[in-house]
Amino acid sequence: MAGGATTGGAARAETYAGVRNWLLLPSWLVLCILVLAPIGIMLVYSFLTKEFRGGVIWEFSLAAYDQFFCDRGLFGDEPCSIEWTYITIFWRSIWQAGAATLLALLIGFPTAFFIATRPERSRPLWVFLITVPYWVNLLIRTVSMKFLLRDNGPMNDALIGMGVIAEPITIINTNLAVQIGLFYSYLPFMVLPIYAAVERFDFRLSEAAADLYASKWVTLRRVVLPAVRPGVIAGCILVFVPSLGAFLAPDLLGGAKNFMIGSLIEEQFKGSAGNWPFGAAAAMILLSMVLVILLISARQSQRSSA
Amino acid sequence: MKRLMTTAAAFAVSATGAMAEGELVIYHWFEYIPQDLLEKFTAETGINVTMDTYDSNESMLAALKAGGMGTYDVAVPSDYMVDIMIGGGMLGEIAEGELANAGNMQAAWADPSFDPGRKHSIPYQWGSTSFSVNRDVYQGEINTTDILFNPPAELSGKINMLDSQGEVLAMASIHLGIPQCSTDREQLKALNDMLQGAKAHWASFNSDNSKDILVSGDAAVSQIWNGFGAKARNEGANIEYAYPKEGYVVWMDSVVLLKDAPNRDSAIKFMDFLLEPENIAAVTNFAQYSAGVEGVSDLLEGDLATQRESNPPADAGPGVFVQVCSEEVQVVYDQIWTNLKK
Repeated sequence: MAGGATTGGAARAETYAGVRNWLLLPSWLVLCILVLAPIGIMLVYSFLTKEFRGGVIWEFSLAAYDQFFCDRGLFGDEPCSIEWTYITIFWRSIWQAGAATLLALLIGFPTAFFIATRPERSRPLWVFLITVPYWVNLLIRTVSMKFLLRDNGPMNDALIGMGVIAEPITIINTNLAVQIGLFYSYLPFMVLPIYAAVERFDFRLSEAAADLYASKWVTLRRVVLPAVRPGVIAGCILVFVPSLGAFLAPDLLGGAKNFMIGSLIEEQFKGSAGNWPFGAAAAMILLSMVLVILLISARQSQRSSA
Repeated sequence: MKRLMTTAAAFAVSATGAMAEGELVIYHWFEYIPQDLLEKFTAETGINVTMDTYDSNESMLAALKAGGMGTYDVAVPSDYMVDIMIGGGMLGEIAEGELANAGNMQAAWADPSFDPGRKHSIPYQWGSTSFSVNRDVYQGEINTTDILFNPPAELSGKINMLDSQGEVLAMASIHLGIPQCSTDREQLKALNDMLQGAKAHWASFNSDNSKDILVSGDAAVSQIWNGFGAKARNEGANIEYAYPKEGYVVWMDSVVLLKDAPNRDSAIKFMDFLLEPENIAAVTNFAQYSAGVEGVSDLLEGDLATQRESNPPADAGPGVFVQVCSEEVQVVYDQIWTNLKK
């Protein structure tokens, strides 16, 4: 994928030297208008006073963050003790997203390896096959997953038909259904970066390791993994981060019984609570968590490339 | 999924009225108004119709507050939401005599408590919110709110609730026999505790699939709007709609004129159109609710006039509207709802 771009790269860069900054302009515009501005609005809203039934009053307030961290009882008049409700919701989301990422890694890693070791001619076909499900809207795919998984759906029918199980397994409306949904939604995000990394890997290095009497396991661990680690980290982030804020899979597959971060935030804007500052505050806290994860992984990949 | 299909359908309507003599932008519940009726309106008036849909009163209010005002001409809130929208100054005023067909309104719905004198709205459809039970799974007595909140073993774990705070908490209050929007702390605590216990019996919260999961058998009980329940039954589910002796929720959806409607004239024409018995009967025939206009009963199809979903039996409990709570009670309600779903 990346090979070949280096030859003549310097000469080409010279050609565009005069317009270099202008080339960045579209990205900067998109970044400012579509990313920074909304985040800025959210940040400001999270420190405003809520208006009853949705909206904000332009008065500074810490009420949203207080609500997040302080449990003041059902009637809101007790002294502050630690609020576990939202910690539970955040922890559940992290756990679900983590499980989905692990599933995606377990299946995505061998898949990426498989594709990268095919003859060069057939690789584009395999990559193409990975992306085919993405031609269908996420909502439709999630609803289809619901039909597949339900008690008297095709999956249970097939398993019963093959004699694997006697009674249908209930997956729908459980945490497992949410994990399966998230894993399925974001699997290609795991496969593609790992594939890109493995494809660039020089397999002569693993031959050299074998010549030096390294076992297959040691070769994988000491030679291959360090080389493809940036791809693995990128894949994990690309699956974990969107899973963290997802609300389609929890709502449709998990039965909307337990809030995840995404559904909690949605409820503040779409539900009867209409608590915009709190929704904004929860979103800011989620955003900070994602930033921390990204910073840690950036440092990790810096260390591995150094 | 439905949202997508309705949007696609909305495009189709816009495409047919190429020689438009005006526009009309509707914000409407999902799967409620038949497509043919919108096409008929376009054919009669030359007005292009665009429709977006929502799945709860609250999400409609949120979308309007977050910049939707000035985009839509009419919306279809339920009773308590009309009250809230009037209070929020979000509705335009219909002048006396502006609606040619205003006289068609049924007397019972011409001067409702949520919009005295019908200054902002016209009656659309009314019905009830209760629940339907799969009779293959459970043959016992179903006309009690225990089915939802303290169910028999056969039904435990097979119950779907509407994903709507107002309707769940109203039903829960009816179950406990406490007033809605109670300010009494003991009663609110009891409400919170009862729901925590009931949740163990519930499989899911879902509004827009509440019909489909009854038909597919994924749920044996679903809290549901009466017409939606009738549709599920007509689609082959062996279900019965319950009228709990403790009581149930009734509602009336109204078509409201939004403040700052970009096409006010089209909106008035649309309201007059929906006050024609023939047209509103088409909605009733499609959605299986009841119209608030005189002269509809002769135009109903099938067993609509006699079906159980539209005709509460004599021994049914009282039907009550969802009440609008004060801010201090609403904050506690939000807390109870979060506790329920945390």
